[in-house]
Amino acid sequence: MIEILLLMFGGMGAGYLLRKRRKLIRGIERAITWCIFLLLFLLGVSIGRNPLIMANLPSLGTTALIISLSGVAGSLLLALLIWKTRLNKQG
Amino acid sequence: MKNSLIILLFFAAGTITGISGRVSHLPAGGDASKYALYLLMLLVGISIGADSRWLRVIRAQGSRLLLLPLATILGTFSGILPAALLMGSISPAEGLAVGAGFGYYSLSSIIITGIHSEALGVTALLANMIREITPLLLAPLMVLWFGKFGPVSAAGATSMDTTLPIITAVSGKDYAIIALIHGIVLTILVPVLVTFILSV
Repeated sequence: MIEILLLMFGGMGAGYLLRKRRKLIRGIERAITWCIFLLLFLLGVSIGRNPLIMANLPSLGTTALIISLSGVAGSLLLALLIWKTRLNKQG
Repeated sequence: MKNSLIILLFFAAGTITGISGRVSHLPAGGDASKYALYLLMLLVGISIGADSRWLRVIRAQGSRLLLLPLATILGTFSGILPAALLMGSISPAEGLAVGAGFGYYSLSSIIITGIHSEALGVTALLANMIREITPLLLAPLMVLWFGKFGPVSAAGATSMDTTLPIITAVSGKDYAIIALIHGIVLTILVPVLVTFILSV
């Protein structure tokens, strides 16, 4: 999905050039929020009318829980490592 | 992320509409969604480019402040990789893409739906909501067992807004700036990492 990355990086360049135009940027941020609302509504619609996904919701939820908690556990361990290293440095 | 409840309401309303079966003509999931996603990514890019906060931060503090976001990314991925391999219900790349939402569930689930599948999009929505809720519930224990960076790292991208108050409460005021920067860096990286992981 290279076009998505290109759109975003192109947007970042444009945003940097437009950064002084606060009113425009604020408008864009509001548009992002509504875009997200709309897309999540549409995601809901297609999930709701897809019996296969609805039937699989419990197993999707279990997968989500395990992925989420293992990610949190991994980041907690690395955060602990940095914390200990920092304490040792400070002596 | 600030609009958590409203976002959930929109998703729930969509789901109910979908179940009711009255909207077979709605172009959900088709080209309309694709172009809406393209528009969204362009707008997200513009808002990131126009945001001078992170440029200022990097100029002022250098790479030192990027250490914690980096630890969060590496820690998250190294936790998920074995879990995905053990589960088998999700491929390692899919697991990493879901994890790369770092709690930013609205944007990550939309991108994943757009470039992968609705099923993985729903998984991302749920997993990243859980990622936001976990530090809200467990922050005091995280500080106790994993040090003051623990809740920040666990919060992922949400450490800049929704979980910032609890982080400040348990880790201390000195950690508010660290949490803010951590959240900003990860928020910017979410769309990049998610897209990248699912493209390779």
